[in-house]
Amino acid sequence: MENDKVITAHELTKKFGHFIAVDHISFDVHKGEIFGFLGANGAGKTTAMRMLCGLSLPSSGKASVAGFDVYKQNEQIKKNIGYMSQKFSLYEDLTIGENIDFYAGIYGLSNKQIKEKKNDLLNRLKISGQEKTLVRDLPLGWKQKLAFSIAIIHNPAIVFLDEPTGGVDPITRREFWSLIYEASAGGITAFVTTHYMDEAEYCNRVSVMVDGRIEALDTPANLMKNFSTDSMNGVFLQLARKALRSE
Amino acid sequence: MRTLLILLRKELRQLRRDPGIMRILFIMPTVQLLILPFAADYEIKNINLAVVDQDHSEYSRKMINKIVSSHYFRLTDYSPTFDKGLDAIEREKSDLVLEIPAQFERDLVKDNEAPLFVAANAINGIKAGLGTAYMQSIIQEYNQDIRSQWMQMPKFNDQPTIEIASSDWYNPHMNYKVFMVPGILVMLVTMIGSTFAASNIVREKEIGTIEQINVSPIKKAEFILGKLIPFWLLALTVLTLGLIIARFVYGIAPLGHYLTIYAFASIYLLAVLGLGLLMSTYAQTQQQSMLVSFFITMIFNLMGGLYTPIESMPVWAQWIARLNPVSYFIEVMRMVMLKGSGLGDIKYHILAVLGFAAVFNGWAILNYKKRSG
Repeated sequence: MENDKVITAHELTKKFGHFIAVDHISFDVHKGEIFGFLGANGAGKTTAMRMLCGLSLPSSGKASVAGFDVYKQNEQIKKNIGYMSQKFSLYEDLTIGENIDFYAGIYGLSNKQIKEKKNDLLNRLKISGQEKTLVRDLPLGWKQKLAFSIAIIHNPAIVFLDEPTGGVDPITRREFWSLIYEASAGGITAFVTTHYMDEAEYCNRVSVMVDGRIEALDTPANLMKNFSTDSMNGVFLQLARKALRSE
Repeated sequence: MRTLLILLRKELRQLRRDPGIMRILFIMPTVQLLILPFAADYEIKNINLAVVDQDHSEYSRKMINKIVSSHYFRLTDYSPTFDKGLDAIEREKSDLVLEIPAQFERDLVKDNEAPLFVAANAINGIKAGLGTAYMQSIIQEYNQDIRSQWMQMPKFNDQPTIEIASSDWYNPHMNYKVFMVPGILVMLVTMIGSTFAASNIVREKEIGTIEQINVSPIKKAEFILGKLIPFWLLALTVLTLGLIIARFVYGIAPLGHYLTIYAFASIYLLAVLGLGLLMSTYAQTQQQSMLVSFFITMIFNLMGGLYTPIESMPVWAQWIARLNPVSYFIEVMRMVMLKGSGLGDIKYHILAVLGFAAVFNGWAILNYKKRSG
């Protein structure tokens, strides 16, 4: 089990002045796992994720992603991860095909690979023939599915998803999660933040962050047993009530 | 290298899909170049003149005739008393009052001199100053005219006069358009380089795509070049458009070589784009970047020697002007266009803008971080 850790964090901390956004968190994520990162708004989920992605420099603690150190090898990490932020991150004024060309291109895929990946992706999302549609004209759910597919187009070791299903209807959310399962079956580790509790139950393991600290970390089944409740919602409410800070 | 090409292709695709920006980029300079040179003209014409003639003599009438026929003045008021003339100024009917006292003709003939009085409305200082100066030289000329009539056969010239013959080099007709058009063109190219480039990068911050770039293995230099090159090309295109307008609308062709202009512009744009880039690393929203670049380009343009010569500014302001890249390009433009200067003549200008380019770009690259602290 030791060798298949793709993310390790040890006492990872981020301070903004006196404010401790992420407070000494430690955890491991295994290869192919779907790791849920739960927490109320302002709990520090996004900050923690940004440190792991090399977008934000940690204040203290240790972490490695895909075997690379977050302090020194952040550019190496970037070659091995995919990222989908809260903010929608495709270019709305480019077509579906042009977005694929761009994002696949900057990860160094050859033209031949890009073409194959593009066809594959369009077929999988059942939008073949719509390559020339502007992303701006797609419904939100489709945009999110497209953004996810593009985030893993270079077959990264890990994909980080920051509240990927915000504002999306339940059916599309289910479809979105089946894309995550597909990716996970293909060996891509998924690190997902969310505050939809039904989604938490789709994860292999879940950590719950409260006020910058990880208060619980286990499989959803174990968490529900330990907190003597029958839903993740119950677990979350019991933990989140302890929170002192809000947005 | 391939990454850079991919970035460039993406920028060009986005530019092509944004008809608004293309319209602004090409129609705005065209309109400005067609309108501004006519308005930004220092020559003052149609100065409204109130004459207070208390003499009503042949000489006073002749003088008024001479003044009005110069086409610089328009007689708007002819009143018997100075108070009436001043009244015309107060009612904004006149800019200048010329008082011809009673017995003007008699004094002139008898005492060989006669006083005149000119009062100018100095609310518009340029108009007052130039108006008085024009008036003085016209009256002086009139003075010469009557003197030469009186002394038709002088034994000797008892009034030696020094006559200054002036000839205006490089712009023999003192055509303001020849002077202004190259300068306005520099302003336009500068605005495109700084403002547009800055707001383009800040836009990626606003919509969040910069995050997606920062989390990718794209190198800082690749990203920056990918942003600079398209705007560098666009600015050179606008320069070309402007030079075409200068050539075919105003008939201004450079005495020097077009290649000299392009060579200098290419380096100059590196400096201006570097400045735009620098602003974009500080600004968080397009609004911020717009306001900052509006402020900077305003100072640049007013202190660039386009409207007022740098040499007549106070010393401290001259130092600011020396730190203004616009002033170098305006000078180079005028040198190449009007004097036919070559690369050798502008080598210090080239060195100066190379310095600006190094400082602005270096600062911007240091300040652009893919990872926040």
